[in-house]
Amino acid sequence: MTRRVSRGALLVTGAVYLFLHLPVLVLAIFSVNASRYSVAWTGFTLDWYRKLAGRADLLRGLRASLIVGSVSTAVATVFGTLLALALARNRFRTRRAIEGFLYLPIVTPEIVVGISLLVLFVLLRVPLGLATITIAHIAFNIAFVAVVVRARLDGLDRSLEEAALMLGADELTAFRTVTVPQLWPGIIAGALLAFTTSFDDYVITSLVAGTGSSTLPVVVYGMVRRNVEPTVNAISTLILLVTSLLIWLAFRLTRERPLAAARG
Amino acid sequence: MRTFRRRLLALLARRPGLEAASLLAPGTLWLLAFFAVPMLLMLAASFMPRGMYGGVDPGFTLEHYRRFLDPLYLQVLGRTVVWAGAATVACLLLGYPVAWVISRSRHRGLLLFLIVLPFWTSFLVRTFAMIFLLRDTGLVNSLLLRVGLISQPMTLLYTPFAVLLGLVYGFLPFMVLPIYASLEKLDPSLLEAALVLGARPRARFFTVTLPLSLPGVIAGCLLVFVPALGSFITSDLLGGAKQVMIGNLVQNQFTSARNWPFGSAVSFALMALVLVTVMASLRLRDRPSGEVTR
Repeated sequence: MTRRVSRGALLVTGAVYLFLHLPVLVLAIFSVNASRYSVAWTGFTLDWYRKLAGRADLLRGLRASLIVGSVSTAVATVFGTLLALALARNRFRTRRAIEGFLYLPIVTPEIVVGISLLVLFVLLRVPLGLATITIAHIAFNIAFVAVVVRARLDGLDRSLEEAALMLGADELTAFRTVTVPQLWPGIIAGALLAFTTSFDDYVITSLVAGTGSSTLPVVVYGMVRRNVEPTVNAISTLILLVTSLLIWLAFRLTRERPLAAARG
Repeated sequence: MRTFRRRLLALLARRPGLEAASLLAPGTLWLLAFFAVPMLLMLAASFMPRGMYGGVDPGFTLEHYRRFLDPLYLQVLGRTVVWAGAATVACLLLGYPVAWVISRSRHRGLLLFLIVLPFWTSFLVRTFAMIFLLRDTGLVNSLLLRVGLISQPMTLLYTPFAVLLGLVYGFLPFMVLPIYASLEKLDPSLLEAALVLGARPRARFFTVTLPLSLPGVIAGCLLVFVPALGSFITSDLLGGAKQVMIGNLVQNQFTSARNWPFGSAVSFALMALVLVTVMASLRLRDRPSGEVTR
């Protein structure tokens, strides 16, 4: 198995890892650079981070993102986990159809999802705001959570649950004391991924947000388009740190490859 | 509480379908209400006349689909398909060796984590990182100027090159993971057999490794091509006003142009493209494997 790999493949691999990570590292490094306009290094400063604290729109955006992220994650995690359980444990006629249906929100371009929800909300005269953003986020997160939890369920040993049933536990008890503890890592990973997806979403959010309420990515997008203050580097670095931490946690918790499955 | 629970269990035992239904209901209903219904509404809107101030008027028309056949819009469609295709090819060429190296490495965990990390960190932030590198006063231009390779900043941002780079940067991990998954499953004894039978490295790759990793290659191409077709942020931020992709066209119809039915029609053209691609690649993958195990 320890066949040597060719030098060309190693070279490409090294270049790809640099390509994937260097731009973001550069961004982070220049978030503590004193110079405002040039990329010349003129000294270390935390001024750009200090400036962030004074920006009311960013703080409001952060607050909105946290609210939308936690509510949508909570709801989507429950709904998605239930869906995964139903699909993994039961053979019913519509199962294949529902599984296919579950993948649709994942393959549908975000812009299409966002536009169609906008049409729905406008036709029903639902005022756009935090509520509509949350509804949209729940919708795209259900599928993610269901797929991640489903992957975990497929790897579970059902005999433990059967043993519990044989030893006299009723189904709910067996589920609560045997299945759920084994399922936790999958559920937590699904929830963390859902939260990150929600926390990062710009396209769908910007369409169903209306004018009054913006989440953090919507505010940052505006800053990026207008450009170019180093404060954007600072907020970007903070976002990166937080999401990387969450992903690392999710990765530690699952070990298998739910991350690939979730987007697949 | 106890009796309620016993009654519930008895009910579920009598009607096993009920358990499945109660588990399925919340998620499925939510997706029906906030995914399926909106899509159908949008489909309906694409056949209706345009309203005065956005929105739609009652009636039926095919004018929006006809309008999409205008060369101006077909060009956007063509550009989108070409760029998504080019990004897919670039990702395949770069991603395959990476997946191969990871599958042979002793540090798989770390290497995989480093591939997965960017794909879950903020897409917006990563696109901004590209802007930071590519703009006229960005790092690339500054370095080249400093070294003296160029005397004036090159225009890198707002070019097709920038968009393509952004697409590859954004979607490369989607290519690496499935190829890695199929290479990991590859039985090393097959390669040994080829070696024993005298196959040179190139022949071993093209007759054993590549055919056996084809499912991963197909999955990877699908996972890059489909989101690239629907990309919005990359072309908006790195391509500017000139490098419009179909996603930007859709958004534009709903914001500044205020032509909802036309936007809906373009949306559905995009959706149809995505679905056709998904179906085609699933068919390719599930084909009887005579080709693969030849």
